Amino acid sequence: MADTKADKSDLNFDLNCPVPITNQDFVTLAHGGGGRMMHNLLERVVIPAFGNQPLESRHDGAVLAVNKGRLAFTTDSYVVHPLFFPGGDIGTLAVTGTVNDLAMCGARPIGLSAGFILEEGLPIATLERVVASMARTAKAAKVNIVTGDTKVVDRGKGDGIFVNTAGIGVVEHNLVIAPTSVRPGDAILLSGDVGRHGVAIMAVREGLQFETTIETDCAPLAAPVLALLEAGIEVHCLRDLTRGGLATTLIEIAESSRLHVGIRERDIAVEENVCGACEILGLDPLYLANEGRFIIFVPAAQADRALQVLRAHPVSGGATRIGDVSESPAALVTLHSRIGTRRILDMHSGEQLPRIC
Amino acid sequence: MKFVDEYRDQAKAESLAQAIARITTSPWSIMEVCGGQTHSIVKYGLDELLPKDITLLHGPGCPVCVTPLELIDKALQIAARPEVIFCSFGDMLRVPGSGGDLFSVKAKGADVRIVYSPLDALKIARDNPARQVVFFAVGFETTAPANAMAVFQAHAQKVPNFSVLVSHVLVPPAIEAILSAPDNRTQGFLAAGHVCTVMGYEEYFPLVQKFHVPIVVTGFEPVDILQGILMCVEQLEQGRAEVANQYSRSVVREGNRPAQALMAKVFRVVARKWRGVGEIPGSGYALRDEFAAFDAESRFGVAGYHVDEDSECIAGQVLRGVKKPQECPAFGKRCTPDRPLGATMVSSEGACAAYYQYRRHEQTTQAAAGKRS
Repeated sequence: MADTKADKSDLNFDLNCPVPITNQDFVTLAHGGGGRMMHNLLERVVIPAFGNQPLESRHDGAVLAVNKGRLAFTTDSYVVHPLFFPGGDIGTLAVTGTVNDLAMCGARPIGLSAGFILEEGLPIATLERVVASMARTAKAAKVNIVTGDTKVVDRGKGDGIFVNTAGIGVVEHNLVIAPTSVRPGDAILLSGDVGRHGVAIMAVREGLQFETTIETDCAPLAAPVLALLEAGIEVHCLRDLTRGGLATTLIEIAESSRLHVGIRERDIAVEENVCGACEILGLDPLYLANEGRFIIFVPAAQADRALQVLRAHPVSGGATRIGDVSESPAALVTLHSRIGTRRILDMHSGEQLPRIC
Repeated sequence: MKFVDEYRDQAKAESLAQAIARITTSPWSIMEVCGGQTHSIVKYGLDELLPKDITLLHGPGCPVCVTPLELIDKALQIAARPEVIFCSFGDMLRVPGSGGDLFSVKAKGADVRIVYSPLDALKIARDNPARQVVFFAVGFETTAPANAMAVFQAHAQKVPNFSVLVSHVLVPPAIEAILSAPDNRTQGFLAAGHVCTVMGYEEYFPLVQKFHVPIVVTGFEPVDILQGILMCVEQLEQGRAEVANQYSRSVVREGNRPAQALMAKVFRVVARKWRGVGEIPGSGYALRDEFAAFDAESRFGVAGYHVDEDSECIAGQVLRGVKKPQECPAFGKRCTPDRPLGATMVSSEGACAAYYQYRRHEQTTQAAAGKRS
């Protein structure tokens, strides 16, 4: 009897059950394994944040209803470091970036996908923050995140979180919004001040401190674009000013439309603290990244009305007319400087580098 | 923005340009020494405002441009070592050495970091005691005080894993070399305002006497530069040759004495090679023996390395004001900021890069317009 008891007790001790720990507060490789843990991660963190009808079906794809018209389709990947910065984070960027790419086609966004590549060891709380930002931004942009994917990579093989979003939008007008539609005589409108996102990211990344915190301008732009189209403005071209900034975008448009773009430095707003940071670092705000600014090419006769429509929306409340398009033997961008001279804007060969002195 | 906008004022710029035109009666060639001034001139198109008789020559004052090829190669060799964290100002990363640049070494796995101050590099050294932290100490008298301070602090705080790769150059010997050359075209100088903020301008009195050239200490904003040119042309027209100070809001005659004292404590004056120019006696700094332990060249055994420069690149003539960038057959063709042959095409302060960035299309336009007419 005693032996049996001893056996039983040994048996109990040996019951060292290999059930995985499921309540960890950081991402493990098992979260990407397609099993229970992944299921739990999606059910607890992702789906409640994005909750909407197509997502509730738990299907790999979403079915979206479209009445008629053309579709716009875009994708973008987000690998920003640091993940969080003044005024936004990788989540806000991932939604605004894709919404804005659709908006620049003149499309109404109807659904986004979200693909996450998570690095092993990432705190779940970080993922929760990012997902909450994405949900909040999507709500502001009046679009749902309707499908997605999650993968986990070994520690050291990622940078916390990489996000890919793709988006579909409906084009409900008959305009061809593209550089090829730009015409001599078009007015160029800019939706607000430039350079804030670039400086905000650089300040956090490099540990630079200024008297005031410079926040990103990151914002979805679909509302003012749709308002322009609803107001019957004949929009020729739209571009959001992301990497490369205002200058690079204008150069691309000048080159693909084979026209001359002339802009006036004094009509381009740059916030004083952004200006100061640029002076210190030797950067040109015209080449700095933005995430909530865009340019609009419209017939000059409609410029004032377009500005009125833009100024009614907070994200484009500071819209101004910055220049005009004209015929020219050379497709280039010239800037009328503050001191009355003219210079040519050319593309930089890479990222701007802070100067020595 | 305060303290900037008033120096970028259209009315002031125009009235200075008119004043220059009024007093100019013969052709004059004036050299702005500093790359920051070159950048402003080309960026704002200041030469468009000047009468045809005034030619601006772009001087040797771009630290990125004059750092010799062999020093870039040394930097590449040191940066490639696995134990090294190589810290540099941003615009040195794209300067081509014989085989690639710091960016390409970084892409192959080297730990290369952009810092904004040598003191940041010193902090990285303190935070990473198991690694060797090397700072690329380039520049003129402007960056020398901070670099001297980093070495001084590393010595005082006993930070053994910190060292500097020194390539400091000095302005007055370069001016003397330019004026002594048989093909010299320069008749007056705009001296570099920030160098003089540190050094003052007493060093220029002997030069003015010996070569009978006006030297005007000048700032970097459009109004500063136009005023500097006006002060220089006034002297040239009147046959005077004096040291004058346009940049008095920053520069005093004796300069920044504590900074000079620190530089003298850490550095000694030596002959230095200038990229594209060659060796100029007494034109640079090296660490004093007391601080020799912080010399990266000897720590990593690269001191004896020598290399010859590309023969096609005319950067040396550009830096001495003998040729303009577009006079180079490679300009905009085999040599662009994407694939620079020489350093003057790299930094935005480099004359070739500045011309390329702001002028290239203008030449294309003029050529196209010429063909049409």
